[in-house]
Amino acid sequence: MSIPIILADDVHKSYGRGQTRFDALKGVSFAISEGESIAILGKSGSGKSTLMHIMALLDAPSSGRIKLENVDTRTLKGRRLNRTRNKTFGFVFQQFFLIPNASVLDNVTLPLKIAGVGAAERKRRGMAALEQLELADKAKNKAINLSGGQKQRVVIARALVNNPRIIFADEPTGNLDSKTGAVVEDILFELNREHGITLIVVTHDEDLAARCDRQLRIRDGLLIDDTTEVAA
Amino acid sequence: MKALDLIGSAVSNTFRSKTRTILTILSIFIGAFTLAITSGLGTGINNYIDDTISGVGASDAMTVTKTTENAGDPLAGGGEPAEYDPDAVSAGIPGMTVTALTPDDIETIEGIDGVLSVDAQRNINPDFIQFDDGTQYVASVGALVAGQTTVLADGSAPDDDATEYEVALPQAYVEPLGFDSDADAIGQTVTIAITDAVRTQHTIDATVVGVTEEALASPTGSSILINTALTDTLFDAQSTGIPADEADRYSSATVWFDPDASADDIEALKERLADAGFTGTTIDDQLGTITTVIDGIVLVLNAFAIIALLAAAFGIVNTLYMSVQERTREIGLMKAMGMGSGKVFGLFSLEATFIGFLGSAIGAVIAIAAGTGLSSVLSQTLLADLPGLTLIAFDPASIVGIILLVMAIAFLAGTLPAARAAKADPVDSLRYE
Repeated sequence: MSIPIILADDVHKSYGRGQTRFDALKGVSFAISEGESIAILGKSGSGKSTLMHIMALLDAPSSGRIKLENVDTRTLKGRRLNRTRNKTFGFVFQQFFLIPNASVLDNVTLPLKIAGVGAAERKRRGMAALEQLELADKAKNKAINLSGGQKQRVVIARALVNNPRIIFADEPTGNLDSKTGAVVEDILFELNREHGITLIVVTHDEDLAARCDRQLRIRDGLLIDDTTEVAA
Repeated sequence: MKALDLIGSAVSNTFRSKTRTILTILSIFIGAFTLAITSGLGTGINNYIDDTISGVGASDAMTVTKTTENAGDPLAGGGEPAEYDPDAVSAGIPGMTVTALTPDDIETIEGIDGVLSVDAQRNINPDFIQFDDGTQYVASVGALVAGQTTVLADGSAPDDDATEYEVALPQAYVEPLGFDSDADAIGQTVTIAITDAVRTQHTIDATVVGVTEEALASPTGSSILINTALTDTLFDAQSTGIPADEADRYSSATVWFDPDASADDIEALKERLADAGFTGTTIDDQLGTITTVIDGIVLVLNAFAIIALLAAAFGIVNTLYMSVQERTREIGLMKAMGMGSGKVFGLFSLEATFIGFLGSAIGAVIAIAAGTGLSSVLSQTLLADLPGLTLIAFDPASIVGIILLVMAIAFLAGTLPAARAAKADPVDSLRYE
C-alpha cells in the first residue's frame, strides 16, 4: 500500500487547563490516501473543525502525531512549515475570507504573492485559475461586488492557484443556496476526480458528505464511524 | 513574499480605509509641518548670521591681541587704580585699552607654529568726516581683512590695490553729510580730518566708492571703510611727531592659519599663542554665543513639534490597531496560506512607516511653500530693516532628516499593532463556530 498523504495517529487536542480544560479531540486515528475525497461529519462542537485545523497544520495536536507523506509534522518549523502550508494546501471557507476591496485577480493570486512568485507569473496563473472557473471576465472587479456563488468560485480559484495537493473545504456550500451550492460541489468533485487533488470536506450536510469516497464521523472528540463507500 | 510585493501590499493597504488613513496622516502632517517650520526658522536665522557676519572675518583667521591682566573684562579691577602701561592703546571702545603689539611682537607671532601669516591692525582715530564744507561728523574707521565681505547698498568696496584714496560710507551717513541718495554719494569727494601727536590737524580728501548697508551685524558697524592707501596716509598723518621706533603700535593683528585646521588644531594654536603671551579669538568664538542662543530657541520650538509628533504617533498606533482588528481574518488567512509572522509584522510596520512618510512629505512640502511665502512677505514688511534675512530657510539635508525622523517614529508606533498582528493565531483568526 502506498504511503498515505495524511496519517493521524491518536490525535488529542485540549484547550485550557484544570477546571476549564476542554478536550476537543480524544484520540483520533485514520489515514487518507492521495486522491481520495473525504467528508468529516459532525455536529457543531464535535471537534471536526479542530481536526481540520490540525490536519492543515494551523494548529498542533496536544498529543499524538500527524504525518504528511510520512513526515512527522512536529519536525516542520518556521519557514519550512510556512512553505509546506503554502505549497500543499488550498482552503475553501464558508465565509469566503476574500479581501473585499481588492480585485478578484489580487484575491486569487494572494497565495502566489506569499510564495514569492513574480508579478507576471502570478497574473498568468491567476488568470488560468479564473479561466478554469469561468470567472476570467470578473478578474478586475472588486471581490465585494460579486454574488455568493461567484465569491465561492473565486475562493476555489484561490485554493487552486498554487496547484495544491490537498484542498480543505470547510462548509463550502454553507452560505450558498442549493442551486449554486450544487454547482460549487460539482466543481470541487471535478477537481478531485480530474486533477487528483485530495479533497477534505468538513460539513454537517449529509448529502454533500454522501458524495465523498469516505465519511469520517466525529462525535465528542471521537471518531465514531469510518465508512468507505464505493466511489460514485 | 518578496520585499517589493510586501511594500506594494503595505502601500495599497494604507489606502484601504481612506478616511482613517487621511486623518492619521493629517495629525502627522501637523507635527511634521511644525518641525519643518521651526527647523527652517533656525536654518534661516543662522544662515543670515553666517552671511552677514561672515563679514567679520574669514574662518581661517583669528584676531590676536596682547594678553593683559584684566583682558576681556573692562569691569574688573574693582576700584583699584590700574597700573600705567606705556604700550596701552585705545581698543576702540571708550574706556578700554589694550596693550599694543610692537613690531617685535608681530615677529614673535609670525614665528609661532601654525601661523601662516600676520596682518597687523593699526589703530586709526580720525576726528571727523565732512562733505563740501557741510557739517562735520565723528567717524570711526573700520577695515576689512582679506576674506571679509560687507553688504553694499550701492557702489563697490574700497579697492586695497588702488593708489587713490577710497572710502565706503555707512548708509546712515549719506543724508546727514548732504547727499541726496546712495547713488548720489558715489564718486563724490569727502574730507577726513585726523589729529597727530603734536595736536596738529591734517585733512585728507578721499573718493566715495560705495555705501555699506546697515545689517544686523555689519562687520564695520557704522564705521567708514577705507582702502590700504588711505589707511597708510591716515596712519602716517596720525603718527606725525612720534619717534619712528614708537610709531608702529598695533592694537591687534590678524593671524591666518591653515583653512583645513580642525577645531583641535585651532585650540592648540590658541594655546601656543597664550604661552607666548597673546590672546587669539576666532570668528566662531565671537559668533558662538549668538548661534548658541538661536540654536537653543530653535531646540525648544523643535521640542514642541516633537510633542505634536508623539501625539500623532499614538494616532498611528490607534489606526493600526483598528486595522489589525478589522483584518484579523485576512491575517489569519495569510498565515494559513504560509505567510510567516515576520512578514506579517513587516507588512503592518511598513504600513505605519508609509503613513509616516506621507504625512511628513506632505508636511515638509507645505511647510516649504508656507515658509517661503511667509518670509518673502515678512522681508518686505516687518523685517524690511534687516535686508538679506530669509526668516525661514530650508536646507535639503534637514528636510530629509525630518522625513526620516518622522518615518522612524511612525515605524516605532507601528511595531505595537504589527506585533499583535504577527502573534495572531490563524485558528483563532479563522474561527467562526
